[in-house]
Amino acid sequence: MAEEVVLMKGNEAIAHAAIRIGVDGYFGYPITPQSEVLETLAEQKPWETTGMVVLQAESEVAAINMVYGGAGSGKMVMTSSSSPGVSLKQEGISYIAGAELPCLVVNVMRGGPGLGTIQPSQADYFQTTKGGGHGDYHLIALAPASVQEMADFVGLAFDLAFKYRNPAMILADGVIGQMMEKVVLPEYRPRRIEEEILAQCPWATTGCKGRKPNIITSLELDPAIMEQRNLHLQAKYAEIEEKEARYEELDTEDAEYLIVAFGSCARIAQKAMEHAREEGIKVGLFRPITLWPFPSKALKERAKQVKGILTVELNSGQMIEDVRLAVECKVPVEHFGRLGGIVPDPDEVIEAIKEKLIQK
Amino acid sequence: MKEEIIIAGFGGQGVLSMGKILAYSGLMENKEVTWMPAYGPEQRGGTANVTVIVSDERISSPILSKYDTAIILNQPSLAKFENKVKPGGVLIYDGYGIINPPTRKDIHVYRIDAMDEANERKMAKTFNMIVLGGLLKIRPIVSIESVVKALRKTLPERHHHLIPMNEEAIRIGMDIIKEV
Repeated sequence: MAEEVVLMKGNEAIAHAAIRIGVDGYFGYPITPQSEVLETLAEQKPWETTGMVVLQAESEVAAINMVYGGAGSGKMVMTSSSSPGVSLKQEGISYIAGAELPCLVVNVMRGGPGLGTIQPSQADYFQTTKGGGHGDYHLIALAPASVQEMADFVGLAFDLAFKYRNPAMILADGVIGQMMEKVVLPEYRPRRIEEEILAQCPWATTGCKGRKPNIITSLELDPAIMEQRNLHLQAKYAEIEEKEARYEELDTEDAEYLIVAFGSCARIAQKAMEHAREEGIKVGLFRPITLWPFPSKALKERAKQVKGILTVELNSGQMIEDVRLAVECKVPVEHFGRLGGIVPDPDEVIEAIKEKLIQK
Repeated sequence: MKEEIIIAGFGGQGVLSMGKILAYSGLMENKEVTWMPAYGPEQRGGTANVTVIVSDERISSPILSKYDTAIILNQPSLAKFENKVKPGGVLIYDGYGIINPPTRKDIHVYRIDAMDEANERKMAKTFNMIVLGGLLKIRPIVSIESVVKALRKTLPERHHHLIPMNEEAIRIGMDIIKEV
């Protein structure tokens, strides 16, 4: 049978993908511009089909702690929110990272700081990649640039989360969440049965009859043991950095200038790049797909051939720090961004290429 | 083939749903499509707009600087988008919503009195489909058959009896659109 192509919003794609790949539970609280995730799940009523739990919690804090509990028992559980709501979840995310549990958190970013605006933004890059909550931990952060990737990354995020026992985040923004595009949804995959969960998650709190109890906690009062735990986490993060960095390159082979952009900005930059090439300016696009681990090695390689790099972000310059670290300042790296919910159009990006890279 | 379109008017005029039907019609023809709404305060009263791109090839940016075609249904939207039509492009406006018509000479301007027509025929709810008919007359991006298919796909079954009326609205729009 031919794959069915449907037209839907990025947020709706997240919800449909979650049902199809066999997620056990979703716990959320509505907030623009991601409310369609919860709305779509409510419409689809997966509790009547796959048995998936969909629960509107009393708050974002409650939702993330429900995820903590579900993840501790080896279930595939997720939550979604937008920037202010994700700030509220940070304590829980840190605990989940500390307890080494797999889960998915979706952030469809909007402009901040504070309650900010409901318009698109990428100003939670630092929060996502540099901590957010307290302690030395990392999230595996995936940045979709299309509705198709919104659907695909739900499965990928859970695969990585379970592989490394680490929380994963899909970091989207209002553009990717709200726009409709063609999408092929993932194949239906039944929810795991108890035996499969026991086999996959020997660490989980699944009932300890006949074995020693599993304890899920991030608390350890003996600093000597706590240091060992941290070293274990760091070894895991090093392995993830080594193996899981993902990126996409467009027209980079002959590029003299490079745009680095993720999510919606990568799409806008691609159009700017097409126009710039029509004018004879050889621009290429490097799109990090994982923001952590950042694809530093590949970017460093590509940077060797270019005269300058422009990061395009819906913020005041956050990813630019990782770009500069990756290229070790051997190439000039400039930033162009719009703030507070304003999304630049492709012409503004072309102007920035000319002004910040070529005329310099 | 690639058509980059902005549809703009008041919230409640069916701007977003017209864009959605156009996007779905493109899907029926296996074209690439994006539909990017202004989802902010505009949607909650005031102006509403949506960018629709229908293309044979993969679409890069859902956000555009310039448009091939602008469908303008109220005065504030004309002020916002008249200058963003590509030279040689198309601007379609509804005579009811626009008091000061567009002034550019380097684009093709069309007027469609869709609101008046819809009211006269007591088909107010098909206003946006009349406009869509006008668009398809000038820019045959998708066929009427595909639009009907899209309606069948997107409308819940209990509304399927309204499809013939919508099809009629499209044909009316094709008849009444005039170059200015």
